[in-house]
Amino acid sequence: MSTLRKRITLGALCFSLCAGISSAVFAQSLGSPISESQLRGFDLIAPPDGSGYPGGGGTAIQGKVIFESRCSACHGMKGEGTSAVTRLVGGDMQSEKRPIRTVGSYWPHASTLFDYVQRAMPADAPKSLSSSEVYQVIAYILNMNGIIEASLVLNRDSLQQVEMPNKDGFIDSSQAL
Amino acid sequence: MSKQELEKVAGNGLINRRHLLGLGLAGVGVAASSSLLGADAGMNLEIPSWSKQPGPGASGYGSRSKFADDMQRLSGNPNPLYPGGGASRSPLHQLQGSITPNSLHFERHHAGIPDIDPSRHKLVIHGLVRQPLVFSYEDLLRYPMVSKIYFLECSGNSGTLFGPNPADGTAQSIHGLVSGAEWTGIPLYTLLDEAGVEPEAQWINAVGADAASMGRSIPLNRAMDDVMIALFQNGEPVRPEQGYPMRLFVPGCEGNISVKWLTQIKLSTEPSHFRDETSKYTDTRLDRKSLQFTYPMGTKSVITSPSGKMKLERQGVYQVSGIAWSGRGSIRRVEVSADGGRTWADAMIQSHQSEKALARFLIPWEWSGGDAILQSRATDSQGNVQPTRTSLVTEKGNISTYHFHGIQSWAVNTAGDVANVYA
Repeated sequence: MSTLRKRITLGALCFSLCAGISSAVFAQSLGSPISESQLRGFDLIAPPDGSGYPGGGGTAIQGKVIFESRCSACHGMKGEGTSAVTRLVGGDMQSEKRPIRTVGSYWPHASTLFDYVQRAMPADAPKSLSSSEVYQVIAYILNMNGIIEASLVLNRDSLQQVEMPNKDGFIDSSQAL
Repeated sequence: MSKQELEKVAGNGLINRRHLLGLGLAGVGVAASSSLLGADAGMNLEIPSWSKQPGPGASGYGSRSKFADDMQRLSGNPNPLYPGGGASRSPLHQLQGSITPNSLHFERHHAGIPDIDPSRHKLVIHGLVRQPLVFSYEDLLRYPMVSKIYFLECSGNSGTLFGPNPADGTAQSIHGLVSGAEWTGIPLYTLLDEAGVEPEAQWINAVGADAASMGRSIPLNRAMDDVMIALFQNGEPVRPEQGYPMRLFVPGCEGNISVKWLTQIKLSTEPSHFRDETSKYTDTRLDRKSLQFTYPMGTKSVITSPSGKMKLERQGVYQVSGIAWSGRGSIRRVEVSADGGRTWADAMIQSHQSEKALARFLIPWEWSGGDAILQSRATDSQGNVQPTRTSLVTEKGNISTYHFHGIQSWAVNTAGDVANVYA
């Protein structure tokens, strides 16, 4: 149903049900139509199905340069972090001691790495990296974790093939009461 | 009424709550704050200076007394590399009732507070809908709104109590990531219906307009329930630190999913698996599997007075007071113990018992100068009972430190010092 038709229908319905009540009841369809193509530069969501990946790409070798200049102040030169929160590399969910949870040991989806770096990193200048720079930086983080080769060109197709070590480590509790 | 008439209902000095109901406790004992009164006893009262000259007139925007400005949110040291991160905690030990003033509502930010001009802010609903829509702030102000009182709690609240040693803290420093307010806004289903949800849609993905573009995924069935787009908080426009000009509000659930500065709602078949629902805000169990999308906050209570780092100056009757809440219903019962959980007495629940809101509880207690351990235990309308810390930590482990809702123990020693302990 078109928005216009819906507005008319809703308006008529309200009029028949609530005649005499203030005109506020007619103010129920105020959204303006917009198209997905108009949202291309606005929608940053990159879910695991790969539907949100942009063009561009690059390797960990390229990413190392960006990482060392843009990321290492918080995350360390080797992703070792400057605190438990900023550590990106290492850890083992099955370790005997309390497990260290990092991108490599904990994160179930590689898409989250793309999504988060694109929307929120670097913390002092979010959204300042180009799509190719995001691919390159996350290629380096994945490479430091031994998940991909340094020479792999990470792009929308190859990122979709990346499997994370802890991919089966999560239980969906969204419907728990 | 004489001391002898007070009916003791549990060990170590707990007094029947009926003594609160108009029977009064005057003359029975005195609380710590009354030491000044004691010093004044026997003095002649005179007209004070402020009664002899007119004060300033009305003002455009009110402020509190300069004598009451010690009431402050408590924040940790900012990280110079990430100054917009972090949190501040409500002064639970100083507040009364069940509504938190907006200036003292707890905060948690992931990339600071954006300075949003509402005339340039947009809310987009798109994805699996018949017609993607964009709304302005002015558009949204014209919709019929609902007002409800709800608590909001960060899932990291009280997380220090998962640790092996009890933190030397206050009710504020340990539990201050919870607040209560009246939220006014548009039921989310109103706008989702307007866009027309496609049958295959199962999730909404909500994103804020802060520098982190913080996002969370919420199942559609929950989103269509009591979720609102909140525009007002305690009657005034939502404060910038709470999401101005609009935030998602998901009652009863971990605060992080009530996405602030809301700008995008995308409907999809699957969740987005944002960083803040994979890397963070997930709960790793002892078997190393991790629970994802653990939304409701547990049945919980905390005594806010007497509480950590307070001092009982003299023996006598105190009002043990605190707050209780549940993400799954209303608070039906709060019990208090003064002997570390051996015996319990029912506290009076003062405020209206509405769903997913803070409830204030109160019970008189006579401190005779000995050791005591004060605890409170809440039961909600679904029959969920607040667990002991030991049983919670035994069940959940402490790899993750979210969703702590165990019983808090405040020890009172013979000097009257109050401290957080594990008991």
